[in-house]
Amino acid sequence: MSAPPPTARRRLRSAPLYAIVWLVGVVMVTPLLYAVVSGFKSTDQLSRNPFGLPSPWVASNYTDVLASGAFWRMLGASTLIAVGTTVLTVGAAALAAFALARFAFRGRELLFTLFTVGLMFPFAVAILPLFILLRTFGLLDNPWGVILPQAAFGLPVTVVILRGFFREIPGELEEAATLDGCSAFGFFWRILLPMARPALGTVSILAVVGSWNNFLLPLLVFSKQTWWTIPIGVQQFQGQYATDIARVFAYLVLAMVPALAFYAVAERQLIGGITLGATKG
Amino acid sequence: MTTTYVQDPTPATAPAKRPPSTAGRPLGRRFTDWLTAVCFTLPALLLFGALVLAPILYALYVSLFNWGGFGAPSDYVGLDNYSRLLRDPVFRGDLWRSLLMVLFSVCVQLPFALGMAVLLNQKLRGRALYRMLFFAPYVLSEVITGVLFSMIFAPQAGLADKALGAVGLDGLGGLWFADQNHVLPTLFLVMTWKYFGFHMMLYLAGLQGIPAELHEAARIDGAGPWQRFRHITLPLLGPTVRISVFLSVIGAIQLFDLVWVVTQGGPDHHSETMAVTLFQFGFQRYQIGYASAISIAMFLISLVFALVYQRWVLRRDTEGALTTMRAHR
Repeated sequence: MSAPPPTARRRLRSAPLYAIVWLVGVVMVTPLLYAVVSGFKSTDQLSRNPFGLPSPWVASNYTDVLASGAFWRMLGASTLIAVGTTVLTVGAAALAAFALARFAFRGRELLFTLFTVGLMFPFAVAILPLFILLRTFGLLDNPWGVILPQAAFGLPVTVVILRGFFREIPGELEEAATLDGCSAFGFFWRILLPMARPALGTVSILAVVGSWNNFLLPLLVFSKQTWWTIPIGVQQFQGQYATDIARVFAYLVLAMVPALAFYAVAERQLIGGITLGATKG
Repeated sequence: MTTTYVQDPTPATAPAKRPPSTAGRPLGRRFTDWLTAVCFTLPALLLFGALVLAPILYALYVSLFNWGGFGAPSDYVGLDNYSRLLRDPVFRGDLWRSLLMVLFSVCVQLPFALGMAVLLNQKLRGRALYRMLFFAPYVLSEVITGVLFSMIFAPQAGLADKALGAVGLDGLGGLWFADQNHVLPTLFLVMTWKYFGFHMMLYLAGLQGIPAELHEAARIDGAGPWQRFRHITLPLLGPTVRISVFLSVIGAIQLFDLVWVVTQGGPDHHSETMAVTLFQFGFQRYQIGYASAISIAMFLISLVFALVYQRWVLRRDTEGALTTMRAHR
């Protein structure tokens, strides 16, 4: 290390840097904070006093949403669909990644290439025929109509990440297990999967976030309110209460909470997973 | 870190770990191996084939028909849908707007993200908090982001106009999303708010892979901060930058949710994207054949771009990664 400059000078030099990040931070947080505070005003109050703190604080926007069954049903639908999608994607992808990583068979590389090409299929490209397909099989207004396609489109990234991970596990382990009379599936189930827990966590998070935020497919599949997911609910609510802005703000804030809470709890894995998913693609 | 490799980095090490070649084994054993492999891949293959590949092939077929979506397509029109597409001013506009979005991402959003990554890679107090905050919008859905900003940029009543009014800049306020000339810049603003943190995280991961000794050595040799950035950081960050550009382009081609929620492509098509045009023709006007042609065009654009990019830009990264890995062993 060269001699560090005196602390005072260094602090002075880094002052503009602090100013920049602070400014960007303010720009980032203002829309969110504004939504939270506005939710505590009445719409009338909001137009008279857009910047200040609410006076009086009106909690009814939030409590009304929380007291409505629709909001909780939506949360339940989003959760169920996210869990279903994740289990299906990760399950099918883990099996396939195992075969692609550990077996030498004819057509393996072709199959893997097929999955990697799938990485860049935009969802929208297949949406029309997908819709026709779902209609033909009576899967409209049915959670499977969203879960199955989401799982299918989630496969490529999951297979690519898991295959890379499975390949890192030493071959000696498999030989030892086979000598001890372990079948291929036994090795997969009892040895490989437990060892791959971090990778499974990563791909599961990718699948959950993707499903949670998906809009186009549930928009088309669910015409009845029963299975509306959060993005659909938000869009509908805005249309319904277009004039009652404060109420829409409250609804938005509550709709953000699950995703932000998930992010706060699993920050490290989430960022790791998303950057890994991106760079592997 | 393996995160900066473009493709599965294992091939370089694979020969040692790959299961023994099947060539010398008895035929029966080879068949059981093959059967096991097929059984393992079957669920994924079925899902992928039925719900990804088949629909795309079906779209290709339907794009040759004039079809309303009910009954079997029968009015075969050949490539008419495609020639109509090339003449359609809205679709041409979609292409132009996609290009603008890519240019904006590459020239404004990504450099900004890179700057913030370099900043937050230094020892600043509270940098963990800033990183977390800048990435947070990425986890929100585009729908929530869209609704939030459509209220913030609501003409007159929204936060943006009120704030400008409060500091005496009423003249600068405007119709935002409702104005033909301002709708795209406003969308860019929202997209930057939502996505720059994601690219920043990619860059941060890349920056952490650059050995501190390099900067140390350059400093001793008398290189200033800008020189160190230009001749060490930027070249070594190359692979990450190229991936982030790739993701921006693919993202611009697919953009739908945000635009649909905020403007539905308006006013007068000035924020329309290919996916929005596709949705309108497919699900509102029931011109399924024409909409399918749009989806195939989107697919081809993504595919050609991905192949070209992979071939000309990303390939040397993979090669570089592989040779470095070999050198390490």
